[in-house]
Amino acid sequence: MTRGLLMVPLALSVAVLISALLVVRTKHENRALVNEIEQLRGERERIEMEWAQLQLEEATLAHNARVDRIAREQLGMTEPRDYVIVHARP
Amino acid sequence: MTALRNLTAEPVAAWRRYLVLGAMGLGAIIVLGRAFQLQVLEREFLLKEGNKRHIRTVMIPAHRGAILDRRGEPLALSAPVETIWAVPSALLESPRHVVALAQLLGRRPTELQKFLQARIDRKFVYVSDPLSPSEAKRVLALKAPGVFSEPAYARYYPAGEITGQLVGFTGRDGDGLEGVEKAQEAALAGQQGRRQVIRDRTGRVVEDNLDTLETQAGEDVQLTIDLRIQYLAYRELKAAVAEHKARGGLVVVADSATGEVLAVAAQPGFNPNNQGERRSKGTRLSAIVDSFEPGSTVKPLVVAQALETGLYQASSLIDTTPGTYKVGALTVRDVHPQGLVNLSTMLSKSSNVGAAKIGMTLGAESLWNGYQRFGFGEPVYTGFPGEVGPVLRHFSEWGQIATATASYGYGFSLNAMHLVRAYAALANDGLMPQLKLVKSGAPLPPQRAISANTARTVRHMLEQVVLPGGTATRAAIPGYGVAGKTGTVRKIAEGGGYDGGRHQSLFIGMVPAERPRLVGLVMIDEPGADAYYGGLVAAPVFARVMQGAARQLQLSPDGSRAPDLAPPNASRTVALPIVPTAARPQT
Repeated sequence: MTRGLLMVPLALSVAVLISALLVVRTKHENRALVNEIEQLRGERERIEMEWAQLQLEEATLAHNARVDRIAREQLGMTEPRDYVIVHARP
Repeated sequence: MTALRNLTAEPVAAWRRYLVLGAMGLGAIIVLGRAFQLQVLEREFLLKEGNKRHIRTVMIPAHRGAILDRRGEPLALSAPVETIWAVPSALLESPRHVVALAQLLGRRPTELQKFLQARIDRKFVYVSDPLSPSEAKRVLALKAPGVFSEPAYARYYPAGEITGQLVGFTGRDGDGLEGVEKAQEAALAGQQGRRQVIRDRTGRVVEDNLDTLETQAGEDVQLTIDLRIQYLAYRELKAAVAEHKARGGLVVVADSATGEVLAVAAQPGFNPNNQGERRSKGTRLSAIVDSFEPGSTVKPLVVAQALETGLYQASSLIDTTPGTYKVGALTVRDVHPQGLVNLSTMLSKSSNVGAAKIGMTLGAESLWNGYQRFGFGEPVYTGFPGEVGPVLRHFSEWGQIATATASYGYGFSLNAMHLVRAYAALANDGLMPQLKLVKSGAPLPPQRAISANTARTVRHMLEQVVLPGGTATRAAIPGYGVAGKTGTVRKIAEGGGYDGGRHQSLFIGMVPAERPRLVGLVMIDEPGADAYYGGLVAAPVFARVMQGAARQLQLSPDGSRAPDLAPPNASRTVALPIVPTAARPQT
């Protein structure tokens, strides 16, 4: 009886100890996860930056004035005003 | 006895007990009171002070939305940049780094040295323009003392001068100053977010589940502009302005069925990516912010009103001999006297006398009513900042002369969008659409300006303008029917009256003539003296732009199919049925 009575506080104090350790671990995990989300946010920001720059680069390369110039000067293309019949070389 | 006496406790005076209890009670009250004070009364303050010492607030800038054309091509984009700043006193202590920094930033070392010396008392001085993140990293890699970078977003305009005036630009702190950037500021800007974090000693965030305010990223704004047509319009306009040594010009292309503006270009232009050009005259989108007298281009609208009132029929004849017409002190003149003409010839030869005679027959009130119905009395409501309103005096203020001049387009002023809207009504069988620059929401229902029958009759007459014998044969487009009208407007001279040497050459028309889908306006401002007629200067630009636009939009020559354009509003179905009358055009 007395022995049983002693076990209760003992068990409780062990439980307290365990939960205290768990709190420490959870806190640690929490910080680790916060750190990770922070890194991922940084990563997302970096990727968004890259996306914006790629869009810009694409728009610069596909700029109508540039395409126009290359088509006319390098590829020798013209815009026909009307139907033009060109004789194909044999 | 003594031992006995020792054993018996002497009764203690009761006050001692109370004293001790009282002292303990007081102690307890003090402790509890202090606890109450700290935990309850001063809790807020202490918590705030505590947080102040270890919680940091991180601001999360909102990404500004992009501006896109109707096909999703970017016209304005935010990209990250970093601006290098320095603490002059710290940097000057290491001359070696000043030299290295100057070289990386492309400045002369002595000049940078002087620049810093002059600002030695300051704690914060920008030493570079916004740089790309990779360039900034190279600068920071120098590890120069007192040199830091400030991240920010910079605005880039990939289309450059082609959409310069329309898209506008933002200021250094990122808010829209001109154009669509200004008009759509609320949608584009978004809302800056905030996050509270606890950092550890090395600066890593260890806890962030505190107070947060979500960042609201700016929305993208999609315009109704088609960049391909915009480019074409801008290129042809620029070439024409250069060829005729003109002061400027503008081109507007719109979808007549939905009122969506597909291109709006103006010259002189500017490149918004170049800070230095942002104060030039080229920043004005003259198609919307400037007004002009429309001249002969309103004659078809007068004819439409004449047909609507029933005072004239398509076959009515007007005697324009001898090419002059006196109204009070005013003599209306035709360049080439035409004699007895019908309405169609009156338009294709652009006879001022004929138009003035129609106007005088209609009378001031009826003429004014006609212009009102074509929307000349109200703004266009494009939503563009600085849109200029029309100036059309009330008919009760018109005398004989004002009535006569108003019937060939003088004495009132409009912006280019007014004319485009009125011609869209002619093109769209009398239903006048609301012009739109931003693609959004439910389409606004069009307004009926004139009957479908009148619109078709006038359109048939306008086809004659482009055919051989008309004033604008050079507006013809192979494969498509074109209906349009030229205008050669004398400009008002500095000291009043009209200047015979300064003109505005106009052409406004629609394609395909059978069932128009596109309305285009070209105006060349003050072309050189060798050619200034609308049919010679503006019409060829119109033909080239509209031919390209029709091709790009895969418009079928009869106008029945336009896969690249939005289907016309459902409300088009309420259009009045076509009533067969004697005035019906012979096809």
